[in-house]
Amino acid sequence: MKIQDLTELALRNLRESLLRNSLTTVGISVGVASLVAMLSLGIGLQQLASRRLVKSGLFDTVVVTSRRDLRGTGRERNEEGNGPTPGESRVLDESARLEIEHLPNVLEAYPDIRFITELRYDDKPHLTMISALPSSARSNDAFEAMQGSFFSSDTASEAILQKTFAEELLGKTPPRGGDELNVADLAKPLLGKELTMRYAQRAPGPAPPSASGADSASARDRDLAGAAYSVISREQKLKIVGVADLDPESMRGPTRAKVFLPLKLAESLHVMQPTDLREISRAASDQPVYSSISVRVKNPTQVQVVEDAIKKMGFTTFSLLDASQSLRTFFKVLDLFLLIFGSLALAVASIGIVNTLVMAILERRREIGIMKAIGASDGDVKKLFFAEAGAMGILGGIAGVALGWAIGRIINFATNIYLRRESLTPDNFWSVPWWLVGLAIGFSLLVSLVSGLYPAGRAAKLDPVQALRYE
Amino acid sequence: MTTAPAASAATHTVAIHSENLCRHYRMGETVIRAVDGVSLEVRAGEFVALLGSSGSGKSSVLNLIAGLDRPTSGSVVVQERDLAKLSREELAKYRLHVVGMVFQSFNLIASMTLAENVELPLRFAEVDRSRRQTLASEALQRVGLRARMNHRPSELSGGEQQRAALARALINRPQLLLADEPTGNLDSHTGTEIMNMVREFNRELGMTVVMVTHERALAERYAQRMIFLADGKLIDNRTNTPTAVDDRVRGGQS
Repeated sequence: MKIQDLTELALRNLRESLLRNSLTTVGISVGVASLVAMLSLGIGLQQLASRRLVKSGLFDTVVVTSRRDLRGTGRERNEEGNGPTPGESRVLDESARLEIEHLPNVLEAYPDIRFITELRYDDKPHLTMISALPSSARSNDAFEAMQGSFFSSDTASEAILQKTFAEELLGKTPPRGGDELNVADLAKPLLGKELTMRYAQRAPGPAPPSASGADSASARDRDLAGAAYSVISREQKLKIVGVADLDPESMRGPTRAKVFLPLKLAESLHVMQPTDLREISRAASDQPVYSSISVRVKNPTQVQVVEDAIKKMGFTTFSLLDASQSLRTFFKVLDLFLLIFGSLALAVASIGIVNTLVMAILERRREIGIMKAIGASDGDVKKLFFAEAGAMGILGGIAGVALGWAIGRIINFATNIYLRRESLTPDNFWSVPWWLVGLAIGFSLLVSLVSGLYPAGRAAKLDPVQALRYE
Repeated sequence: MTTAPAASAATHTVAIHSENLCRHYRMGETVIRAVDGVSLEVRAGEFVALLGSSGSGKSSVLNLIAGLDRPTSGSVVVQERDLAKLSREELAKYRLHVVGMVFQSFNLIASMTLAENVELPLRFAEVDRSRRQTLASEALQRVGLRARMNHRPSELSGGEQQRAALARALINRPQLLLADEPTGNLDSHTGTEIMNMVREFNRELGMTVVMVTHERALAERYAQRMIFLADGKLIDNRTNTPTAVDDRVRGGQS
């Protein structure tokens, strides 16, 4: 029989016992729907997570340091001084920064300016780590739920506080085991207030640079500070514009900062940084030398490529690529589990198909006998039952995708209501990509054809003489 | 008029030949010999009646000739095909192209209209839709049911249903028409109507007809030859005088 005739006869037969076949098809569609709903949530969560990760800046940032820095003890430096190869111990200066910034796939490369200094608030001194942020950090996840606003400009005399520092300023500590202090409550008395930052400015000094290294950090401080440049004590007024709940620098571990300044402002201050001393001592030019540079990569998947390129230039790099890879593995496993659970419902539905078709054989025994008597081959009968199973599979698959899509939407909607109630940011953690639609319908068709295998074989083998005798 | 006029062209060719044909069923311990050593021959264009009481094995012989069943032993050769040696697939082809069947209970498919029932064999033969519709319409025209082609079998009388079944049996232009008690469910008037059509096919289209019946009168009126079966064995084989048959038919109609 031709496919066209098969389809026509199959659909006609499905219409004949409409209720039973509809119920079976609904069974399939529920199975497909559970599969689609599970996977769409899995995919959605994965997309949400990677979206968050990209925003967090954890996985698209490479931190570049000079190799020298890592082994920055005086002794090693001396050894290298005997025969340093330029590629191995390059200075991380402005020209290196520009070179990195022009690498393919690099979005920006900005110097890490971070220093510990004293901040005065309400006439009380607080010693803390300060870090500079480029204006691109505005899109960072940490500032999404921030109280107040981001820096008005890259040079504004403004500061954003991390929540823990805000607590420190207000003299509040979160109760042990209890609820955390609300950021909004912390921010209210602080926003718009002024902080006074006292810092050491590095100014070019009149004396020639010292030629030798020193044995200890304090000795070096004295020597170099006196020899290379002068240090001037300064004050800078900063307006508190924001209090952030999350930590934009969580990847930095113990060196993370609690107060943030606009990058250009921080650069203009020429604050003396702990690593300045060593670098400046061997810097050949007047160019600024950085202790480390943060490189933002266009896409987390290109981090490895960029890292390799920078390493080739003679610098040390650090990124959280490995962590993102294990996260991907986690989602693959999660998807697999969701797929298995979603498939269970489809497996139950496939038993429904077998049942329906076996019933149909019993009911249509005589009809099968007639068809064989007037010339239908075993293959024709088999194909007809196969076509019926397939038609139920495709119809159930289409209905199931629609149903699963709706279920996913409802779950997403309901969860967002819940999130809003808990005063958390609602988000979309549900996604039905086209490949999932195709996969679900294809899978449904496959399952129903496999289910039709046994009934179709049984119908084909029916003895026409007995089938015609049967009333 | 010694033989049927249309059959004269193929008078001497043998349409069906069976040799010691047996069909045994096993029912637990006992073996039922439904057909037990039947040897017969039907010439092309002949109209033969298989007679016998119920359980005599006449329907079983018909099923063996139709290729719906396979012999336990012996042979049945139809139009030079040894049916015992055909594969299941080849038997289906044989049923499709060589044999047309009508049954006591009409055996139309209830969910299909008359036209769809009639064209169903053409679907198995993979004939194009438009050609199918033309042929089905022609066949229904022949049995006088063209006006009812879009009705379902349940909306028709028994006689009309059997006429539709005849149209379906004709659609593939088979050489052999096998009828199993074709008038068994009909009153005598519609039964006569159907039998006249069967004879018309036999004479005008030159189809070989084998009809199973338990009504001797019917067989005497229409068949050229009567084969009597009892307990699966052939017990008598006699030729009717065609003139006498014709006279009786005319008498019955007038």
